[in-house]
This record gives sequence, C-alpha cells and structure tokens, in this order.
Amino acid sequence: MSDLTVNPLATSDLAPRELLRRRYASHFKPFYQDNLMAIFIGLLAVAVFVFGIYKLEMTFARLWGGLGELGKIVVLMLPPNPESWAMTKVYLYAVLETLAIALLGTLSAALAAFPLGFLAARNTTFNRLIQFMARRSFDTLRGVDILIWALIWINVVGLGPFAGVLALFMADLGIFSKLFSEAIETADHKPVEGVLSTGGSKLTSVRFGILPQLMPVLLSQVLYAFESNTRSASIIGIVGAGGIGLILSEQIRTMEFQQMSFVILLILITVAVIDFLCSKLRFAIIGVRAR
Amino acid sequence: MEMAYAQAVALKRRQLWLGLLLLAVLVLLSGHVAEISFSKLYQQIGGFSSYIDRIFHLENGRPVISDPAEWFWGWKKWLALMGETLLMAYLGTLLGATAAFVLCFLASQNLTKSKGVVFFTRRLLEFCRTVPELVFALIFVVAFSLGPLPGILALAIHTAGALGKLFAEVVENIDMKPVDGVVATGGNWFHKIRFAVLPQVASNFASYALLRFEINVRGASVLGFVGAGGIGQTLLEVIRKFYYADVSALLVMIIATVMIIDAVTERIRHKLIGLEAKS
Repeated sequence: MSDLTVNPLATSDLAPRELLRRRYASHFKPFYQDNLMAIFIGLLAVAVFVFGIYKLEMTFARLWGGLGELGKIVVLMLPPNPESWAMTKVYLYAVLETLAIALLGTLSAALAAFPLGFLAARNTTFNRLIQFMARRSFDTLRGVDILIWALIWINVVGLGPFAGVLALFMADLGIFSKLFSEAIETADHKPVEGVLSTGGSKLTSVRFGILPQLMPVLLSQVLYAFESNTRSASIIGIVGAGGIGLILSEQIRTMEFQQMSFVILLILITVAVIDFLCSKLRFAIIGVRAR
Repeated sequence: MEMAYAQAVALKRRQLWLGLLLLAVLVLLSGHVAEISFSKLYQQIGGFSSYIDRIFHLENGRPVISDPAEWFWGWKKWLALMGETLLMAYLGTLLGATAAFVLCFLASQNLTKSKGVVFFTRRLLEFCRTVPELVFALIFVVAFSLGPLPGILALAIHTAGALGKLFAEVVENIDMKPVDGVVATGGNWFHKIRFAVLPQVASNFASYALLRFEINVRGASVLGFVGAGGIGQTLLEVIRKFYYADVSALLVMIIATVMIIDAVTERIRHKLIGLEAKS
C-alpha cells in the first residue's frame, strides 16, 4: 500500500503504462468481464425483439405503405372542422356526458372504497383472513380493464353512459381500496394511542387519530383518479358505453377526418382544463403544489 | 382567543358545506346527463349477478371448475393469442422507451440549453401521452390495416410520451458535477451522456420501462377491441356472442398473466432500486 501514497497524477506522466496496469488492475479489466450479465440481457432483449418483428409480421413494406396512408390521413385531418354549429353542440354535449361519467364513477367508487379501505388495511381490519380476501378481490377488480367492465355492464344495463359510470366504478373500486388501505397502513400510530389513552373507543381512535392524517392523501388521490378517469371516459364510448368516444370511433370508421381532428382537439382541451382545475383544487385542499 | 378559534372553525365549516353543496349540484347535474337510473339499476342488478353466475357455468349447466378441460377447450389458440399480446406489449414498450430515451435529453433543461427545443420536445411528449392509445390504434388501423402492427405503434407512441416525461424528470434531478467533469476534460455531447448522465439514470430508466411494460400488457389485451391485434378481438367476440364460459376462461387467463407479469417485474424493479441505493 505504501506506493499508493505517492500522488498518482504527479507521476502518471513518467509511470509506464504497465506499472499503472499492475497498480490499478481493477480499472484495466476488459469491458465484458464486469458486464457479462448486462450483455446477456441485452442480447436476449434484442433476440425477443427480432422474434416479435418476425412473428407479428412487421415488414418494412407494410410499415412504409402504412406511413404513406397515415400521411394522407393527416393531410385530410387539417384543418379541424366541426362542419356546423349543430354538430358542435352535439360534440359539446358529448364532452359534458364524458365529464359526468368520470365524476360519478370516481365519486361513487371513492365513497364505496372508503369503508373497504379500512377493511383491507392491516391495522384497522377485524380479521386477517377478511383482510387477505379483500386484498385479493381488489386485485381481481383491478385486473379487469375498464373496457371489459364496460362490455359486461352493457350486457346488464344496456348501451349508454350509465354502463360507463358502472364500469368506471368497478375499476376504480379496486384501485381506491388498495390506495386507501395502503394510506391507512402507513398512517402514524401515535395519535391513535393518544386517543385510546384518553379513553376513546376504537371507532373514535379511527375518527380522530387516523382520519385527519388520511383525508388530504385520499382527496389528492381521488383528484388524480378523476383526471385519469376523464381520459378513460373519453374512450369507453368506443365499445358503446357513452361519452365522446362513440362519436370519435364513428368518425374514424366513416373517415370524416376533419371532424375527427376537431373532436380529438376537444378531448385534449378538456383533459388539459380538468388537469389544471384539479391541480388548483389540490393546492387549495392540501396546500401542496402539484408537479 | 376563544372567539377567534370559534370564528376560524366556523369559517372552515362554512367552506366545507359550500364545497359539499357545489359537489351535490354537480352530482345531480351529472346524474341527469349520464342517464343514471337507480330504478333501472335495481331492476337489472340481478342481471349482473346472473351474468357473473352464467360465465362460470358451462353450456351443459355444470360449474366450470368441474371440467377444466371443457372450460379451457381453446387453450392452444388462446395461449398463442396471449403470447401475441405479450409480444405486442414488449415491442411497443421497447420502441417507445427507445424514442423516450432519445427525446428525454432534449426535454430536460439541465442538458439542453435551447429553451425552444425543450419547449417543443415537451409539447410533443405531452401530445403523445394525452391522446389515448386506443384513439391512436383506431387511426392506425385505418392506415396500416388490421393486425398487431397498428397496436404496437399505438402502444409505442403512448409509451414514448409517458416515459419521455418520467425520463426527463429523472435526468433533471441528476448530480451535475460528473457532467462538468466530462466537459472539463473535453468530452463532447455523447461522452457527456454516456459517461456522466447514463450511469446515474440507467437503473431508474429500466425500472420505469418495466412499470410501463406492465401497463402495456393490460393495454395490449384490449387493443383487439378496435382490431389492433392480440387477445382482445377474441374476447370481444365471445362477450358479444354470449359464449359465457369462454368469457370467464379468457378473463382468468388475462388476469393471471397480468398478475404474473406484475409480480415478476416488481421483483426486478426492487432489485434495480437496490442497485441504485448502493451506487
């Protein structure tokens, strides 16, 4: 170790490369020695990629031809044009319907998930078995996509926005219950002990010990979900569950591209406005500026 | 003092009630617009439970568990479709992540000095992630014809938008000292990225990409609804044609696959996060 005390920079000009190599052997190892695993994973990733391209018939000709078609469509899309004021009113009403679906789906799921969250949290549940079962049921609810829920509910209540609300409700119930129960589990336990030590019951300990910590977290999660549900609600119409998606998919199928681009623009504006309002509201409620 | 406290509490209460009132009005309005009808729900709710009941019974009326071979009669075809769905998600994620990797450096303020480039790249990424992938898929199906190709491209574009934003946030949070070091020794832009930025962000990038893969598996399983390949097309058919037992078989298959993928990627991601903590 004694020769390491010499400043290596001071002597590096004079030191032969061989000496440096011996002194700092670990820095002169060939590249592949340290990264065998990474190279293997990289090769595997490329192999699967090539296999996928071959298997899914992503030929260059198809890609090129499609891009040409896409170029034509983009030209046909411009400029966005709603055709007439009457159609604009139809679109605006569809946007309203989309927002209504998102609001009701989010709100009903949040209300239903609130008690279920306590059931699925380790520190507030009655029974470990119930907690386990609750968690698994929520996993299943989350595993089914919103569009699939929409299709199932359409079979039950028929086509229309009501099926959309119920679909959002099902999907969000799983998400909210999981998020809520996690928030409850990570809540600080000391206020609960405080309430219990002054003679409070288990219920009052939840009300005054956990709930005040929880509320801002839950509200901000609900607001986030509302934002993402606005996006979801704008596509569930594609399978017939209300909202602007139905109009959009019909326009694409009938190739009315100018009107389609107008509707897409409308969706983008709506989403942006909702995002803006939600971040304002979040700031007002919890006093933390959202990123 | 007590007065002030009472006033403060009263103000808070008033705000709360006002907020709740506003919410109630919005809910009533939405209920009207969304054609909510509790009487319809009450009448038809039996339809939901009987639907769930029916999808777990075979044609001959026996529960599906009693005859798994009959339940999963089409498993060869369905597994192939599931494999196709996974491949679509993989290709979409890889293509999207590659695009996001290229664009994220242009979208981060600490590496790109030109404000215009940063602004433009950010708006582009925003556009890619705000338009739902299903809308991209609908348009691409018209341009590229039916099949997995439009689905992959739709996933890739959406992934590029979502990952590009996350990647850029990671890049903006790096330690700039190694970058200065590389610049000081005369390194060019590529040296800067390769030797100063990449070692700091690689594990984070991989973790986000894996998370996106998880999301894309779910996404790919419904892209078939609009004809963009994968298992969704078959699922839509069996739901619309009321092949009840097939619906549950396909759903079980999709949910199981999604759960397995989630579990595996979560383990890998935890390892990656551990790597980051060490370095």
